Amino acid sequence: MKNKSLVSINDFSKEEQLRVLEVAREFEKNPVQTILQDYVVASLFFEPSTRTRLSFESAVNRLGGKVIGFSEAGSTSVKKGESLRDTILTIANYSDLIVMRNPIEGSARFASEISPVPIINAGDGANQHPTQTLLDLYSILKTQGSLDNLNVAFVGDLKYGRTVHSLVIALCNFNTTFHLVSPIELKLPSSVKMHIKEKNLTYYQYTDMEEVIPKADILYMTRIQRERFSDPLEYERIKNSYNLHNDMIVDTKENFRVLHPLPRVNEIDINVDPSPKAYYFEQALNGVFVRQALMALILGLR
Amino acid sequence: MSEKIKELKVSAIENGTVIDHIPSNAVFQVIRMLKLDSFDSMVLFATNLESKKYGTKGLIKVSNKFFLPEELNKIALVAPHASIIEIRDFRVSSKKVVEIPAQVTGIVKCFNPNCVTNHEQVTRRFTVVEKEDLRLKCHFCEKITRRSNMEFI
Repeated sequence: MKNKSLVSINDFSKEEQLRVLEVAREFEKNPVQTILQDYVVASLFFEPSTRTRLSFESAVNRLGGKVIGFSEAGSTSVKKGESLRDTILTIANYSDLIVMRNPIEGSARFASEISPVPIINAGDGANQHPTQTLLDLYSILKTQGSLDNLNVAFVGDLKYGRTVHSLVIALCNFNTTFHLVSPIELKLPSSVKMHIKEKNLTYYQYTDMEEVIPKADILYMTRIQRERFSDPLEYERIKNSYNLHNDMIVDTKENFRVLHPLPRVNEIDINVDPSPKAYYFEQALNGVFVRQALMALILGLR
Repeated sequence: MSEKIKELKVSAIENGTVIDHIPSNAVFQVIRMLKLDSFDSMVLFATNLESKKYGTKGLIKVSNKFFLPEELNKIALVAPHASIIEIRDFRVSSKKVVEIPAQVTGIVKCFNPNCVTNHEQVTRRFTVVEKEDLRLKCHFCEKITRRSNMEFI
């Protein structure tokens, strides 16, 4: 994986993905090291992000590396009309690795093809967010002991949620049974279902989440965004129909865990948080170890 | 009428290429794609001709020009059933049909307004994921552009 950019989850084979998770486990045991002390990582966030940017920067800092970059495009030459090409070619001179989030779709692929240093895509619009997928896989592996043969339920906006799309595609390598819960208008797109069908895996679709919960090993909740609805009343109705409460997860399997890429709005009530089955904040922490592993592998340090 | 046309389309040029069975509404597109609007030998074209198979059709004849397979395969994007007839010394020397290529580079615009190719100077590239009901997957944003919303550069 040395010098390899990560733009789309499919850029890494199943074996490479598993290797990242294996190395992540190593960093989880020993998260403070000095292996990046001679390295500079550029963190280019052309649009705001809390978890992704800070967990990358935390990952670099805990490994002794330096971070340069920006957290919004407003304070850069982009505002003067500089092209992405020029920004990348310039910053590649100052760094060993570029982590980039950009609202333009395909910008990470473009950057990876012109940049002399590797690029990690930290989200390109509605397209790809592969490090989220890796940390989701790591969270599933850690809580279930294996990635194989699980019942994974996805709830919420399955149409526009890029984290859902990438995770579904990644899980197709592990004989997953998919339970897809969404309003009719936010169903998983056929382009993603195609991957499930190609592997001859089973999926079920629901509009109601309650019947799915007892069957699931993993319940992957997502936020439903107001702007997806033309009718505000419809949004209110749907928003309240996917609201997870603690009493709903009492009769679940022992290994059952609730995941959420965050930020949440009201789809998980805060009364779920103290439950040992609520895993979303640990999931966010796992992002640090996975990103440490990824950077170490790409820089050839593991 | 059809007799005359038949004669015209295969024998009116001494050497060159006849592109037949172009959908009537795609003739000008094909002319642009092959850059025939700036070509300096004789170019003849016709549109809204009667066609037994397709209702109407267009055709283009180009003197002293033989196209490369990759040039011709571009045409398949707008004229999937076009036939290519090469004429040498007033005779048909070869006749073939176009084929949709596996990759489409530099001729189609990505349908996604938020795609990097519509914001930066970059050569547009697609993989053909479906030939019959044409669907192109953008190399960059990974979104699908279909024939109905295809725009040529």
